[in-house]
Amino acid sequence: MSSHVTVDRLQFALTVTFHYLFPILTMGLALFLAYLKSVAYLGGEHRRLALLRKTAEERETYDRAADFWAKVFAVNFAVGVVTGVVMEFQFGTNWAQFSNFSGGVIGQTLAMEGTFAFFAESAFIGAFIAGRQRLGPRMHWIAALMVFTGSWVSGFFIIVTNAWMQHPVAYVIHGGRAQLQSFWGLLGNPWVFWQYAHNMSGAVITGAFVLAGLGALYTLLGRHPEFSRICLTAGVVGALIFSTLQIFPTGDQHARRVARYQPSAFAAMEGLFPTARGAPLVIIGNPDTQRRRLESSIEMPHFLSFLTSHRWNATVKGLNDIPTSQWPDSVPLVYYAYHIMVGLGTILWVMALIGVLLLWRGRLFRSRRMMWALLLAWPFTYIANIAGWTVAETGRQPWIAFHLQRTAAGASPPGSVPAGTGIFSLLGFMGLYLLILILYVVLTLRIVARGPQEGGPPAETAPPRVATTAS
Amino acid sequence: MATVFFIVVAFMIATYVVLDGFDLGVGALHRILGRTDPERDEATSLIGPIWDGNEVWLIAGGGVLFLAFPKAYAAAFSGLYFGLILVLWLLIGRGLGIEMRHQIDHPLWRAAWDTVFWLSSAALAFVFGVALGNVVRGVPLGPDGYFHLTLFHILNWYALMIGLFGLVVLSAHGAHFLAWRATAPLANRARSWARGLWCGEVLLILGCAWPTYSVRSTMVTSFGDHPWRLVFPILALGALAAEFAWQRAGRWSRAFLASCAFIVGLLTTMAAGLYPYILPAHEHRPYGLTVDNAATGHHALAVAIVWWSIAIALAIVYFTVVYRLFFRQRPARA
Ligand code: HDD
Ligand code: HEM
Ligand code: HEM
Repeated sequence: MSSHVTVDRLQFALTVTFHYLFPILTMGLALFLAYLKSVAYLGGEHRRLALLRKTAEERETYDRAADFWAKVFAVNFAVGVVTGVVMEFQFGTNWAQFSNFSGGVIGQTLAMEGTFAFFAESAFIGAFIAGRQRLGPRMHWIAALMVFTGSWVSGFFIIVTNAWMQHPVAYVIHGGRAQLQSFWGLLGNPWVFWQYAHNMSGAVITGAFVLAGLGALYTLLGRHPEFSRICLTAGVVGALIFSTLQIFPTGDQHARRVARYQPSAFAAMEGLFPTARGAPLVIIGNPDTQRRRLESSIEMPHFLSFLTSHRWNATVKGLNDIPTSQWPDSVPLVYYAYHIMVGLGTILWVMALIGVLLLWRGRLFRSRRMMWALLLAWPFTYIANIAGWTVAETGRQPWIAFHLQRTAAGASPPGSVPAGTGIFSLLGFMGLYLLILILYVVLTLRIVARGPQEGGPPAETAPPRVATTAS
Repeated sequence: MATVFFIVVAFMIATYVVLDGFDLGVGALHRILGRTDPERDEATSLIGPIWDGNEVWLIAGGGVLFLAFPKAYAAAFSGLYFGLILVLWLLIGRGLGIEMRHQIDHPLWRAAWDTVFWLSSAALAFVFGVALGNVVRGVPLGPDGYFHLTLFHILNWYALMIGLFGLVVLSAHGAHFLAWRATAPLANRARSWARGLWCGEVLLILGCAWPTYSVRSTMVTSFGDHPWRLVFPILALGALAAEFAWQRAGRWSRAFLASCAFIVGLLTTMAAGLYPYILPAHEHRPYGLTVDNAATGHHALAVAIVWWSIAIALAIVYFTVVYRLFFRQRPARA
């Protein structure tokens, strides 16, 4: 593959992976913020719903917890915004031929993301951060809900865009370019639903473990007990619900879509070389693409066939029956990334289950061992999310739009963007993003070190002196 | 239908420049007008809650360009690669500058981010002008619909001149905004800058007229062929006159509105002069991209105009709510 394509790919992979680190938390935390604000706003002592039956003091604690997470959210959001703008422009700068080819189709959803989601999100985040004092409780609650909706809608449109690249539908080729044939066909792409569900649930898992992790830290330090209880409870319960959904039905169903529409990616994920009836599920093993077999593997017979089609003896296509020119560029990368995701998914589910059991027996807040485990767990949710995307994006190779346009044919022509130019911008992004990452970590740690506001008189009533999105 | 989307894209770009223009202008004058820390604090607080929303007009406008004219999007963004990457880095710098300054309460920290904010805003205003200048001048499109411009060629004399024009117009826009919204010492300084920059605008309009005619004569002759299009330049000049009159009268909110109208007039004049080209080649060369040969299929456009209208109506509601929230109270009178 020519070097300019490699550079374009490296730059896209770096910038999108970096960008996505932030929306994960934005989307995950947005759900919990909406929950905390809703309990605080709708709660009352005589509510029917047990979740909402809260005294005025408890509600104030929920509001304070939301205020605290809003600070974390704001910094995270700001970084997501500045890195997101880069993504959209790169379609044109580095993938010009792909943009020219597919703009009439995926331009729909990218433009919808901007006009439907980002306008709502950006308008209301400013209001939400400006705070309760300035907006009044009702408006503040609405702002929280709007921020949540905006971020989930933007996730939806970006997934529809990506789903079209994974499984192109609803287009006709006309004059060498893909043109939209059916708008509802695009939104109703059979790939979309389960990818969206699986991806959003993955973001909520991150949000839940971040919540629980901070609660665990403060509990170990003996600080902010009430705040920690709220975070730990919401965290482990949310983690159990969503890590269950992550495996079943969303992971299971998403895997079946891959098996049906992208057999080459599926075979690489599972490390399956010979086509097999009653294919085994590999738990551990190292794919060897030279000799076309799995080294030192532990397998569960017939399980793979069962998982893909719910029949024990179904046939699953292996890599040997697919021409190498259509294999993903790096079969081992797809394979390992997939097993990392699934392995972590299983471990996280077990942790969440133990957490909920301890909560139920009333021992969660006293179990130091569990606190340590929760404190250390959250980075692995990020790893699982990024690993999942690595499977999706490298498994799709060598196509930029599956079976429609090859990645190499989608890059900007070397005449307009030669490799050297790409290397220059790639190095620039690396430097800039390192700086951003350091800033992000420092600022977030400061917020964590200060902790939530406790008891005493409510926060200042005058409008805050500073009023930027991330103040 | 393609023409409708030409208007839609022009509308979104114009809205972007009007809205984000005053943020950028405030930024471009930031360290000049704000002499003390509280003054700079006031300036950033005024635009703090709204800058991101304003920037979304650029993202959404880019998205609509991508959707409606994929060929022009692909050609312009890859051909002007350096310019675009520079814009991205500057947008990052501007965003960080304004968001970071409040995070840590230390004079050095704030001074550093103020400088980042100031320089990247000023550079953005300039680079946007350079980009428009290159579009007006035309680019060396080949038969395959792509081109390549080195950084050196992006910075040709005509584009640099329009870059300066962009910097002056947006600075004036920002100065009017501060003149209207800010309080005593800052507002006074902004007012005298607004008056000075008005003279700059007049001089540059006069100075750019002939060069524009010489790089692309249709920018002028198309108005002779379609006299109704003269409403756009008339709007621009009328707004400029009104800006002057309201400056004298000390009616700063109106002078700011006149500045908005001036920007709209300039950009629509440019769009009208270019039409039907969306990305022209150098004058007298073939391969220019027009609304027809760059547009996507009819069905895509027909669908998009439906949801676009709904989405923009919603966006206008959000913006009205939020602007009313933040601009509800009158600024303290100087
Ligand atoms: C917390 C994160 C997380 C966890 C624990 C899991 N996943 Fe996942 N997975 C994702 C986060 C994720 C993701 C980041 O959200 C992906 C990438 C693309 C996408 O839409 O979702 C994804 C993609 C993805 C794909 C599609 C790959 C492709 O498109 O080629 C499959 C088949 C699975 N997952 C299956 C599973 C299964 C069976 C899991 C069982 C434990 C699992 N995932 C756990
Ligand atoms: C946030 C999660 C995402 C991650 C971590 C991710 C990761 C990657 C990686 C690692 C590559 C390089 C693949 C290779 O060269 O082998 C890539 C390529 C690419 N991805 Fe993604 N991606 C994500 C989301 C998306 C989305 C949502 C879209 C579309 C809307 C997208 C569009 C592309 C394009 C256009 C390329 C370049 C062409 C190619 O190599 O196929 N990505 N991505
Ligand atoms: C190539 C792919 C991508 C592009 C072109 C893209 C584009 C953008 C842009 C332009 C912004 C800034 C919006 C603003 O100014 O308010 C943004 C932020 C955001 N993006 Fe992405 N993005 C990509 C990948 C993703 C993925 C994979 C997701 C999640 C599924 C995602 C979710 C979000 C969310 C929720 C935000 C809001 C800000 C934040 O979360 O920090 N994006 N994105």
